Amino acid sequence: MRGRGWWLVGFAVFAMLMALLGLAVGSVNIPLKDVWHSLFRAENGTYDVIILHVRLPEIITAIAAGAGLAAAGLLMQTIFLNPLAGPGVLGLTGGAALGVALVLLAQPLWAMMPLPQDLLVTLAALSGAIAVLLLITFADRRVDDGITLLILGLMVGYLSAALVSVLQASSEARALKGFVLWGLGSFGGMELTRLPWLLVPVAIGLILALTLVKPLNAMLIGDDHARTMGVDVDRVRRRSIWISGLLAGTVTAFCGPIAFLGLAVPHVARAFVRSADHRLLMPATILLGAGLALVCDLIVRGAWTGAVLPLNAVTSLLGVPVVLWVLLSGRKWAKR
Amino acid sequence: MVRNIDMELPAGSLTALLGINGIGKSTLLRTIAGLQLPLEGEVLVSGESVHSISATERARRIAVVLTGRPRTGMLDVETLVTLGRQPWTDRWGRIKNADHDAVEQALEQAGATHLRDRQVATCSDGEVQKVLIARALAQTTPVLLLDEPTAFLDLPNRAEIVRVLRSIAQAGNKAVFFSTHDLQLALDLSDRVVLMRSGEGLWQGTPREAMHSGELAKAFSGSGVSIDPLTGTHRFLP
Repeated sequence: MRGRGWWLVGFAVFAMLMALLGLAVGSVNIPLKDVWHSLFRAENGTYDVIILHVRLPEIITAIAAGAGLAAAGLLMQTIFLNPLAGPGVLGLTGGAALGVALVLLAQPLWAMMPLPQDLLVTLAALSGAIAVLLLITFADRRVDDGITLLILGLMVGYLSAALVSVLQASSEARALKGFVLWGLGSFGGMELTRLPWLLVPVAIGLILALTLVKPLNAMLIGDDHARTMGVDVDRVRRRSIWISGLLAGTVTAFCGPIAFLGLAVPHVARAFVRSADHRLLMPATILLGAGLALVCDLIVRGAWTGAVLPLNAVTSLLGVPVVLWVLLSGRKWAKR
Repeated sequence: MVRNIDMELPAGSLTALLGINGIGKSTLLRTIAGLQLPLEGEVLVSGESVHSISATERARRIAVVLTGRPRTGMLDVETLVTLGRQPWTDRWGRIKNADHDAVEQALEQAGATHLRDRQVATCSDGEVQKVLIARALAQTTPVLLLDEPTAFLDLPNRAEIVRVLRSIAQAGNKAVFFSTHDLQLALDLSDRVVLMRSGEGLWQGTPREAMHSGELAKAFSGSGVSIDPLTGTHRFLP
């Protein structure tokens, strides 16, 4: 570790600066003084509505989504020992999308259920994500190379996309519109009152992910070596699956399927801290995930381009180069 | 397969496990390591069965280096060796001074001190083997098991690894047990050899006894290799 812990401070400061910028910049630029005023003063300020009801929920959503997806990505990369694993590639997001489609598009079916819609959507996304993860884990024991596993994940993704299209074709226009909007992916449009439904599961997932840092380190040198150091490999793998399902599922339920954040952020974090030690890498990935999601959000809202862009286009534009770099730099840690 | 496995690994000695491919050397090592259950019987370490103690307790008594090169990603040598402290650290894996000392000593004993800041991915196969041995040493166990630590290495590296193992056994008063296909190395450098012979039980004794009694030749009989009972050297029959 020796001094590398400072990266954590750096990433935290970066995330806070981006959050502050996110509050100030947008269709209306607000002076930092007024941002401060709206946030911390009791009396009403000019920009209270924009700050407190539009931008603050969006910033908080971006932080939770970025941190959650990045942590899920790191967990999956370690338990599958595959640098290209991530919630999107392995089909978790697709599974979650299918779950959400079942709720949003087949609404009459659920209307009689006495549950709030947010909870219903979250549960459906969770079930979808975890079902896919269990399927992938099952497959991982049978295929011996990482590439086959990734292709399997992509196939699961296509399959859920196909099922979603079938559902879309047979659903009514109003429900369809809601689902299509969700499918574009966005950090915005969350009301403050809905935030706890997102924040509580993500916070639980992140805390649980942090409790696994020690056994995850041991698993870096293979399951059997980890076992000989006293690690219950199967239990750690099972927990990692539930946790990454919880994180990716919840985020997808609220923000839509977001590409590449989960896959790319752990690699960027690794490149900075130059270590695979999860005691450092897990918090670094969480903080950097939050910071980079905020950057994406700023770009989406046209902070630098002046145009509103689709979130998934932005995350892909930033994520794809990272993935290409990982592929081409030939790191010796893909399954052989 | 081999039946009637009854053997001892005395502290302070280097024991080599010899036998043809597929006879069950890895299975035997994995069973002693507690990675798989024995079909019958039990494995005792300091008087207790390895399959009845907890995984952590087992890891404090038996360290294992498995065959092959693990895929390690962005892991530096020191971090990898420090993983060996896991059975001794708290749930967050916090490293105390005593742990640092154990890592330091392990690096030195394995001859890997000069590698400490290197990325594992950039190390040669011989260097990786030393690093893995250092990790097992950092576990500070009385028993060290290695599955083919000399596989894929060139002659000088093979000799060096076995010499390292020998000094570990003697200096650390450990029971070191390794499987190998390097007959000559095993006979020249180990204190004891264990032969796995198909259809019969294990044979154990000193290298000299193995040669002179003809047991060594018997273990490899019918394999197109002739073993000189006096010197233990082998020749390949045409």
